[in-house]
Amino acid sequence: MEMPVPNSAIIARKARVVERLQSVLPADAVIFDTHETRAYECDALTAYKCAPLVAVLPNSTQEVSDVLRICHEEGVPVVPRGSGTSLAGGALPTADCVILGVARMNDVIETDYDNRFIRVQTGRTNLSVTGAVEEHGFFYAPDPSSQLACAIAGNIAMNSGGAHCLKYGVTTNNLMGVTMVMMDGEVIEIGGAHLDAGGLDLLGVICGSEGQLGVVTEATLRILHKPEGARPVLIGFDDNEVAGACVSDIIKAGVLPVAIEFMDRPCIEATEAFAKAGYPMCEALLIIEVEGSDAEIDHQLALISDIARRHDPVELRQSKSAEESAKIWLGRKSAFGAMGQINDYMCLDGTIPVSSLPHVLKRISEMSDEYGLKVGNVFHAGDGNMHPLILYDANKPGDLELCEAFGAEILKLCVEVGGCLTGEHGVGIEKRDLMHVQYTPVDLDAQMLVKDVFDPAWLLNPAKVFPLDASESRRAVTLAAE
Amino acid sequence: MDITTEDALVDAVRGATAPLCVQGGGTRGVLVQGDVLSVAGLGGITLYEPGAMTLVARAGTPVAEIEKALAGENQRLAFEPMDHRKLLGGQGTPTIGGVMAANVSGPRRLSVGAARDFLLGVRFVDGRGAVVKNGGRVMKNVTGYDLVKLMAGSFGALGVLSEVSMKVLPRPEAQASLILVGLDEVGAVGAMAQALGSPYEVTGAAHDPVLRRTLLRVEGFETSVAYRLDQLRALLTITGAEMDVAVAKASEDMWQEIRDVACFAGEDGDVWRVSCKPSDGPAIAERSGALAWFYDWAGGLIWLRTKAGHDLRANVGRFGGHATLVRGDAATMARLGMFHPESAGVARLTAGLRAQFDPRRIFNPGLMEQAA
Repeated sequence: MEMPVPNSAIIARKARVVERLQSVLPADAVIFDTHETRAYECDALTAYKCAPLVAVLPNSTQEVSDVLRICHEEGVPVVPRGSGTSLAGGALPTADCVILGVARMNDVIETDYDNRFIRVQTGRTNLSVTGAVEEHGFFYAPDPSSQLACAIAGNIAMNSGGAHCLKYGVTTNNLMGVTMVMMDGEVIEIGGAHLDAGGLDLLGVICGSEGQLGVVTEATLRILHKPEGARPVLIGFDDNEVAGACVSDIIKAGVLPVAIEFMDRPCIEATEAFAKAGYPMCEALLIIEVEGSDAEIDHQLALISDIARRHDPVELRQSKSAEESAKIWLGRKSAFGAMGQINDYMCLDGTIPVSSLPHVLKRISEMSDEYGLKVGNVFHAGDGNMHPLILYDANKPGDLELCEAFGAEILKLCVEVGGCLTGEHGVGIEKRDLMHVQYTPVDLDAQMLVKDVFDPAWLLNPAKVFPLDASESRRAVTLAAE
Repeated sequence: MDITTEDALVDAVRGATAPLCVQGGGTRGVLVQGDVLSVAGLGGITLYEPGAMTLVARAGTPVAEIEKALAGENQRLAFEPMDHRKLLGGQGTPTIGGVMAANVSGPRRLSVGAARDFLLGVRFVDGRGAVVKNGGRVMKNVTGYDLVKLMAGSFGALGVLSEVSMKVLPRPEAQASLILVGLDEVGAVGAMAQALGSPYEVTGAAHDPVLRRTLLRVEGFETSVAYRLDQLRALLTITGAEMDVAVAKASEDMWQEIRDVACFAGEDGDVWRVSCKPSDGPAIAERSGALAWFYDWAGGLIWLRTKAGHDLRANVGRFGGHATLVRGDAATMARLGMFHPESAGVARLTAGLRAQFDPRRIFNPGLMEQAA
């Protein structure tokens, strides 16, 4: 993965930059020793590493503003970081950058159950937002798999999703307002405890902008009362095309489950060997969860089961209790770990129109043979978000590159059938150079026009999202100004 | 000029030498000086996959045509777009492009989200005449910046939509409304908060202070609706309100009247729409100087009728939210502005985006711009 050549003039000014940052932050909030900065050399895309020039851990919006103002004056690139759980390399540093981590800013500022929102500092983890309100029966809906560790700041940057977004939407549908610090240090407020924008929907474009438009320090999030209960049904099929048709029929029948998860045979086999959840050995497994009171759940599961039976399932198991539900979910929740037991893996997250599922699975299986790399598929079937897990051996020379090439082929296929490169992980550096596949130069330019307005000097997370050749002339303006 | 293709739209934008008034069906009350650039001729549903809950249509497609196609598959536009014609006395045909450009949502916005939350992808022509696509037709998509949200509610100020793709939802089997009678405004907002803070999935919460009538809508399978009505009734007994129930068509009709602000149709004066924190609603309405008002979105949306030319924003003063002038004569619109003034930082970003996407300043000049 190509990254821009670090600016040696900035690296040469390290002492001065450190000194200025120390003048506005507590001593322990400025990390510049080369042994210590290595802690920030990568995020969850561990294949790529680069220690930053400096890492800072501010405690307040004011401190974030001071840091950004200084970096702006010094012409130093800034890479914002939440908890560093990005699978796309969204928080990968460059050698000439300041990593701005918001992890110390994790306070709850306000909870308001009457108006159904919570306001938090964005270093707070996703799960601890729910933790702050669950005593009152409430929860924060977006639930990325990394929710124990990932920060709201990163969720906003990547517009994170989760297994339950079929019903509740992703981050952008649950974000009501932000306090954001611009690259020049200006603090602006957008949105709040009310709904919708009074003018242009800036909140909508900030969410998912991968830390390139500003640093979000506080967020107002919608909270909801928990449902009375939830239970899944597990359905096995001998043909993934039939499984896809079953999903489509369920949706057409007017049932809107909270989650529809799909696993293919390689994934079922790996999971069974690892977690022994008692899954049937078949081509496709669906786990469909519905919510409500006991009677409401029974009614919906009965409807789903009736539809499924018309598709000759090899297995149909309706959960009647919390224990049975846990057992049904056990395998799905262990899927990534199970694949990890077999080998290193790369997890993709392209999205496809649900109707293309059989075709895409068939092509992935053919490509798996061509590349000689195994792949298992987990899939949020209700919304078309795939998670092919490609197995490779990190210690075998050339295997990572082979795996990346295979991954790129899969993502191109997703775009070809009318889908997209990434459904919930973000572009980062991982899919940066594939953006040309999905977007024309004009489409990419339109997106970069937005960055020009928010960050005219292109100092915020500059080498991400856009192919380097597409953003080169804009980034060069900064270099020329040095 | 009747524009029936995206290419023709590009030509019209490139060839424009004077300001353009960008329109779909022209039913949303936008008053702008300029040559009308309408996409009403750019119609037709281009893709509908009920099993994937997605529909793609050209911007000029009538909303009614889309609703008809959806009804055929027992689906709907869940965000319940308002029809402005009754309130504004307009003729025209509402288009899906207009709905999205104005981010028009109805009572169900409270529970399922706004038009912008259902918009999955756009094609638009920017002020330079470039055709831009963003998003797509799949429900989860974080590939690049979300210009889809930026275009929703931009009122044509950044570009002219040529095609939109949307998420649609199943039409529930049944609906009913619990009617509470006798609550004052503060009491009603409290009762609505209690209902929304329950697990019973309320999809509409409105209050009419004149009738002292509070409506709570539930939708879903027949048995589930009955169960949740009972639960809500039990939950709200404490309010002391008299309770009644409206089912099916009777309930639907009441919500359509709320959606379309039917009670202000044919009445004199200006009409304002305030979005605020729900519990702030009664105090804002109280000091607004309005002649009449009612609440939607559990108190978070207030529709107010004032005497002509009344500066509601001046009366209300600073609050968290915004006030939009929906109906007023040209002079009032020009004097007060349709949209709420933005903070200096936000206004600068808005102006910057407009300058980028419409460098010749030909789209709806004056609209959504800060009065100098």
